[in-house]
Amino acid sequence: MAFLHDMRFRAYFYQIVAIGFVALVGWTMFSTASGNLAKQNIATGFDFLTRPAGFVITESAIAFEATDTVGRAILVGIANTVKVSLLAAIFGTMLGLGVGIARLSHNPLLARLALVYVELLRNVPLLLYLFLWYSLIILILPPVKQALHLLPGVYLSNSGLVVPAALVERGGIALFACLVGGAAAALAIRIASTRRRVATGQSNHGGLIALAALLVPALLLWLANGVAVNWDFPTAGKFRLTGGLHVRPEFVALLFGLALSVSANVAEIVRAGIQAVNKGQWEASAALGLSRGKAMRLVVLPQALRIIIPPLTNTYLTVFKNSSLAIAIGYPDLVMVSNTVMNQTGQAIETIAIFMGVYLALSIAISLLMNWYNAHVALRER
Amino acid sequence: MKQALLSICAAALGLAAAGSASAATTLETVKARGKLVCGVSLATPGFAAPDDKGRMQGFDADICRSIAAAVFGDGDKVEFVPTNINTRFQALQSGEIDVLSRQTTHTFSRDASLGLDFGPTVFYDGQGLMVPKSLGVSSAKELTEAAICTLPGTTTAQNISDFFRAINGKFELVVFESPDENRAAFYSGRCEAITSDRSDLASIRAVANNPADYIVLPETISKEPLAPAFRQNDSQWGDIVSWSVWMLMAAEEKGITQANVDEKLKSEDPDVQRMLGATEELGKMLGLDNKWGYNVIKSVGNYGEVFERNVGEGTKLGLTRGPNALWNAGGLIYSPPIR
Repeated sequence: MAFLHDMRFRAYFYQIVAIGFVALVGWTMFSTASGNLAKQNIATGFDFLTRPAGFVITESAIAFEATDTVGRAILVGIANTVKVSLLAAIFGTMLGLGVGIARLSHNPLLARLALVYVELLRNVPLLLYLFLWYSLIILILPPVKQALHLLPGVYLSNSGLVVPAALVERGGIALFACLVGGAAAALAIRIASTRRRVATGQSNHGGLIALAALLVPALLLWLANGVAVNWDFPTAGKFRLTGGLHVRPEFVALLFGLALSVSANVAEIVRAGIQAVNKGQWEASAALGLSRGKAMRLVVLPQALRIIIPPLTNTYLTVFKNSSLAIAIGYPDLVMVSNTVMNQTGQAIETIAIFMGVYLALSIAISLLMNWYNAHVALRER
Repeated sequence: MKQALLSICAAALGLAAAGSASAATTLETVKARGKLVCGVSLATPGFAAPDDKGRMQGFDADICRSIAAAVFGDGDKVEFVPTNINTRFQALQSGEIDVLSRQTTHTFSRDASLGLDFGPTVFYDGQGLMVPKSLGVSSAKELTEAAICTLPGTTTAQNISDFFRAINGKFELVVFESPDENRAAFYSGRCEAITSDRSDLASIRAVANNPADYIVLPETISKEPLAPAFRQNDSQWGDIVSWSVWMLMAAEEKGITQANVDEKLKSEDPDVQRMLGATEELGKMLGLDNKWGYNVIKSVGNYGEVFERNVGEGTKLGLTRGPNALWNAGGLIYSPPIR
């Protein structure tokens, strides 16, 4: 019985018992719940996913008709959630980086303004901001009948922004290929030029050449008349504008609210990250003759990045989960679509299980991606 | 860690116990508790909304009171639980509430798949559309291409989609979780029209700055018979809910009102005598006091009184009886004989 005194064996043993116990509790809950449901004659299972949805979703990132299945409706909800959180994360990070650096500015006015911005956004619940932005949009902008005509084909009203839509009639694939190929070439050129600069110590025009590689093929294709674009201009219908591309106020209010909330969090993370970089780095950069801006960009920020990434992961997870507040202002995200489904099928447990599963899976995906990036930029000790 | 495990264990046991605790009938549970727990809407003027003294008022609330009066002889022995539109059925299934009186439409799939049964229809409703008068529209069919605001709940989103699919028209659907945001979006012109049950539209119109600026279009695009719901497989409780409602209807038919119910105790009409418990012992058959009918009418009045007091023409909602008139006055309200 010597193995009973083996620390490793005991550690594994306790862990296995703990896991087994959690699994048992989970299974008991599941079987009790499904037993009770069956006893009360309540429908269970996921068959409802293949039934026709029967309702329309006006704002959808993927095509959707009322005759499509409930499963596809939920997919539309997922796509809408991903769309708005991804855009909010991108815009919020760019804005937050600027504000975070401004917080450390030697200009007192700029630094204080950035401080006020951060504190105002961080200390009021996001839901209230969403109501505020949405109310501002629908109360201040005129109804669609008196839409503001900003530019030819561009209208702004409380039903959103309508712009002409570009429908590529011919050469779409060629244009796409040119852009992708150009981007790949630009990336390769930039890497090569950086290597060369590091090796020779002489600056070259790598950036400019890369930009040309990105744009010139597409431009040539355009000039050679390889692409035909049909512009779909919005026209005044009976009640509202038809045709064109609609950016709806629900989406804008949500994107705006989420992006601002991300930016405030990112600003604080960036500030903390920069301040955590040793002062000696600034002094060494100054001694080498780098300006403050260059020191920030080339020396301090890259080191701050290592500290910034882990808390940034949290911020991205939060924005993704916060996007479920969309339901308050009428943006059809995953939760809103699920709610409608729940009402029509009455199968709340299954529907909630689906959307919790989706949030969990996507959150874990974000974490894994950020952890990979973190490992990539982390300091490698030699 | 050990304590955490213990508490999980306790929670699991509690859950298993809750699963098997449904042995007592609903009537026994309600009587033992000393009050009825009734699920109503959050705040829908005319159906269920607290007045300035905090007392729950409305059509649905009075249905709850009539059931409480049948059981306890006192219509105020009710605890009103505001239920969310998404979780109302779960609240009933789990036993959190005894009866759901919440503008709930009786439909096949709800009846067949949600483990509940419906009582008699208390209100014949239908989905309609409301528009500002200034829009110059007189029929829902003219609303193609319009934006329409609605709540995610019930079957409204599906009905309106079906309606426009049938006339092959496109429209923009804007769905709000909160009734306040829904109304605000409609009043600000974000949507040309708002759709809901007609009774609900009347309630929305009643709180507008100028109710006369809005009209409800003539089309009724769906049938929405609103009925109280209770858990299935409890016939005794189902009978109590159903007959409390029918008592209200029968009372109107017999001309018994809250004011004259004491006089009517001396009535010579054998129907009235049976209803008020002066003769025979009908109440006992339901497991109730023999004066249950008297108690119901004494506490809320008859069906007509409940209707007029909460949603009738004298109220802000201003609804006419329409299909909710008695069967002998051209409506659909009909009680089986109480004998």
